[in-house]
Amino acid sequence: MQPDPVLSLRGIVKTFPGVRALDGVRLDLFPGQVTALIGENGAGKSTIVKVLTGIYQPDGGQILLDGQPVTFPDAQSAHCAGVTAIHQETVLFDELTVAENIFIGHAPRTRWGLIDRRAMRARAEKILRGIGADIPAGAKLRDLGIASRHLVAIARALSVDARVVIMDEPTAALSHKEIAELYELVETLKRQGKAILFISHKFDEIFRIADRWTVFRDGTFVGEGEMAGTEEAELVRLMVGRSVDQIYPKRPAQIGDPVLTVAGYSHPTEFEDITFTLHAGEILGFYGLVGAGRSEVMQALFGITRPSKGACRIDGQVRVLRSTAQAVDAGIVYVPEDRGAQGAVKGLPIFQNVTLPSLARTGRAGFLRLAEEFKLARDYTQRLDLRAASLDQDIALLSGGNQQKVVIAKWLATRPRVIILDEPTKGIDIGSKAAVHDFMSELAGQGLAVIMVSSEIPEVLGMSDRVIVMREGRIAGEFAGDRMTPENLVRAAVGIDRKEAA
Amino acid sequence: MTATARQIPDRLTSPAARALKSWESLLLVVAVAIFLLNTMASPYFLDPWNLSDATFNFTEKAMIAFAMAMLIVAGEIDLSVGAIIALASTAMGMAMSLGAGTPLIVLAGLGTGLLCGAFNGALVAGLGLPSIVVTIGTMSLFRGISYIVLGDTAFTGYPAGFAWFGQGYVFWVITVELVIFTFAAVVFGTLLHRTSFGRMVYAIGNNPVAARFSGIRVDRIRFILFLLTGLMSGVAAVCLTSRLGSTRPSIAAGFELEVVTIVVLGGVSILGGSGTILGVVLAAIVMGLVTFGLGLLNVPGIVMSIVVGALLIGVIAIPRLISKLRT
Repeated sequence: MQPDPVLSLRGIVKTFPGVRALDGVRLDLFPGQVTALIGENGAGKSTIVKVLTGIYQPDGGQILLDGQPVTFPDAQSAHCAGVTAIHQETVLFDELTVAENIFIGHAPRTRWGLIDRRAMRARAEKILRGIGADIPAGAKLRDLGIASRHLVAIARALSVDARVVIMDEPTAALSHKEIAELYELVETLKRQGKAILFISHKFDEIFRIADRWTVFRDGTFVGEGEMAGTEEAELVRLMVGRSVDQIYPKRPAQIGDPVLTVAGYSHPTEFEDITFTLHAGEILGFYGLVGAGRSEVMQALFGITRPSKGACRIDGQVRVLRSTAQAVDAGIVYVPEDRGAQGAVKGLPIFQNVTLPSLARTGRAGFLRLAEEFKLARDYTQRLDLRAASLDQDIALLSGGNQQKVVIAKWLATRPRVIILDEPTKGIDIGSKAAVHDFMSELAGQGLAVIMVSSEIPEVLGMSDRVIVMREGRIAGEFAGDRMTPENLVRAAVGIDRKEAA
Repeated sequence: MTATARQIPDRLTSPAARALKSWESLLLVVAVAIFLLNTMASPYFLDPWNLSDATFNFTEKAMIAFAMAMLIVAGEIDLSVGAIIALASTAMGMAMSLGAGTPLIVLAGLGTGLLCGAFNGALVAGLGLPSIVVTIGTMSLFRGISYIVLGDTAFTGYPAGFAWFGQGYVFWVITVELVIFTFAAVVFGTLLHRTSFGRMVYAIGNNPVAARFSGIRVDRIRFILFLLTGLMSGVAAVCLTSRLGSTRPSIAAGFELEVVTIVVLGGVSILGGSGTILGVVLAAIVMGLVTFGLGLLNVPGIVMSIVVGALLIGVIAIPRLISKLRT
């Protein structure tokens, strides 16, 4: 017999300009149980967390706490109602003590209204003991390691009398040992009768820890059930909704000669001994967990960071890449993951964004030729099906997907040999996603060598001819053909072999 | 890739329509208004020789302001320009006292300007230090060297030929400085608005990270901008020293703030990324007209600085206030 849910969401709708992030979703969280929320990137998981914690206000639907409708007009009210979240990256303060970090914003007060340091410290120690963390409450946060900081973040979440605990990708930055400790913590919280919402991409974790599951897809609710008796394949089918090869426009590749050869690329802290070959017409996927060093390798190939060792050849010629300008000259271009900060030059119009690396070609003797610039910009943005009012519109006014198209157009206009796309479809709407995928396979079809860094397994599998998996700065495996399966990629990424997982 | 590629227009508003609504048009109106006010206020204003004299109020500062405008568009600033003038002027005095002729004296001034700019540029672009801190430091450093060299004394007795730069006329009432100012305006206007270099300056000012990720050699361009600002400070040092006929370590004190005032009044965003040389030209003229007009009315210098301050704040605040009241 299932107990009554502590917290229920019914028909929650949340829209943003141009995107319906949540479309009438439901979610139930039961006391003493872990509910896994599963969905692809962009399915609406982060949005629902923000609705639950009072950061977003839903445009429709109800939040029921113990069966009573409630609203969370701000983060504070969600907090007071006992809904607390352990975020992917909780903001902590280096210069404050552990206890201060735990109680910041709701510290116990003396009768004079001052912070009661003694009480704060005693309660902090109690909470830390409760989660089995051996951290002195008086220590400065900056003296702690990553794992301890994470525990402080958890303690902070539990410092209110929490009834509902949301864990949003809690293991993303943790080592194995820490993950095991986190599992124990979850068991402790379950015994205390707390309702836990567990959001994770990693199926092994979900099967290990969750009691129930709920699947979202493209902002809609597609199913829920008990973990016991559920097959992994069923969850994948619900998540994706279609079979993988149907949605990805991957064409059979005509793989040509090697274009880019990277040998022994190393960096003192970020990556070690990266060696691979990329061929013309090939889409090479780079998969791995966040922090595995994929972007760092790509940025080294693009001349942003310098490798300490190793060589890079393009068309058999050794190229030294000390600046982005040299990389572009060598024919390597990079579409960054962080579109807002690294990709789009907001404040400049679309056409100027496109021509930025091609000014030597559109201009003459260092002087601009606007007509040539408009021509080049129109050429490439139209091939990408850009939606914009005019080419001299500020790029900041475009949606994320259209900004991405401008960034890609910018690089294609330089006629590169190798294009590196770092999480090319992260956070962009479904329509633009399809356009980007479509275009990627067209480019490969024309003989361009493509590297795609992606954390979305369906995308990696659907688009790549070959996949390299990275873990902790090293290549953990390379997969092609039949061996390109979700299981193989995930196992290589988290570093467990078949026997251990079974 | 799609069969029906939709045509995206180049522009929705014509450049002419855009120009009409621009900051520069507003400045032009302000300049004309002040000109008319001055005409009414003083019968001596419309005298060609008086007007010619009035240009000295802005020509030297504006020369630096053009380079400074590019630097500020790129998101940097150079507060050491007044001190560079002092050091360059001191170098010229030393060259003179060693018996150098006019060409060598001028070279000493320009060379010192370039060296100072290179020093600032190396610290900012090479080491990645914030330009405001670096140039506050070099502001004291450069002028401090002048004080050590000169103490309470001054260099005087520049050769007669040297006076041409700051006191000479090219034709009728047209001064040498005015010609240099005009030439510099055209060169910097072209550089910022008509060349790839200028485009990259705008890109860096709007987003230096994305500019770097677009294959732009950001640090190299920053370095060149400091070099240009140093060079123009050297040019201004030649003009100013020539006009005054002497070098004291206190020469061009407070120049940096007046130069920045002209740049900001000219519509260059202090946060970087936008602004035009035309705006700076108009702002320089507005400043020159205001100080000259007030001078004709015998307004004391302190009141003048109040008026200039109020003008700067007013011109910047009023459009913002209007747009706030509208919403």
